[in-house]
Amino acid sequence: MKEKFENEMKLEFISKSSNEAFARVAVAAFAAQLDPTIEELADIKTAVSEAVTNSIIHGYEDKQGIIKIVCKLKENEIIIEISDTGKGIEDIEAAKEPLYTTKPNLERSGMGFTIMESFMDSMEIESIVGLGTKVTMSKKIKEKEEKTEDEFGILVND
Amino acid sequence: MTSKFYEKDKLLVFKISDEIDDHNVQKIRGKVDYEIERYMPKRIIFDFDSVSFMDSAGIGLMIGRYKFATMLGAKVEMINVQGNVKRIFEMSGILRLIPLVEDIRDIDDIKVS
Repeated sequence: MKEKFENEMKLEFISKSSNEAFARVAVAAFAAQLDPTIEELADIKTAVSEAVTNSIIHGYEDKQGIIKIVCKLKENEIIIEISDTGKGIEDIEAAKEPLYTTKPNLERSGMGFTIMESFMDSMEIESIVGLGTKVTMSKKIKEKEEKTEDEFGILVND
Repeated sequence: MTSKFYEKDKLLVFKISDEIDDHNVQKIRGKVDYEIERYMPKRIIFDFDSVSFMDSAGIGLMIGRYKFATMLGAKVEMINVQGNVKRIFEMSGILRLIPLVEDIRDIDDIKVS
């Protein structure tokens, strides 16, 4: 019997915008163990980038804080938790609305949560004003056709 | 990012080669606006062929440049928009303001390189 595949990693870094690229690339490198397609990896990178940017811009604003990422792999699914201890979201439902932004003067599009929702299979927001925000997202990586060797040692579709 | 100005057509082409996120848009924005003011083009094309990553920061970047260019009398278009970048632009509705140039021949035999 095939053993159930499980793995986990944790990442902590300060809320500097130069860490946005680091965070999405690190999560993508971890997710690579599930053998995702290039498109699936791009979806994960985009969603992570949106959540981390939110923590930096909205959670901590100009102050410095710690952003924590917990990443779990369970069979063919990746679960990503991104949390900050920043100012929190007052109205989560409003924040999830496409084009809603509290910072329109800074050329913010208000599309962050909409993108996370559509690029991942699920997205949940927990937030307490004054304490912080945690975004939990998951995505199932589709099974590829298994390849096995035939009697001549050539890879064929199973 | 590189840019090229075609005097005859008053066309300014930007080839973006950075990853477009909240961190990088700040420097892209500054360079683009500087070049637009310098050349005062009638037509601006953003080439996304070398963009390996973009998140929603790209929407804000393009809406901002659209507003700035329109105010100065220029038309804005985009070319080589594919994959997730295209999906993000489609979701935002921005393509109604900034159309895609689908074919390189649309830009009057100008090679973007």
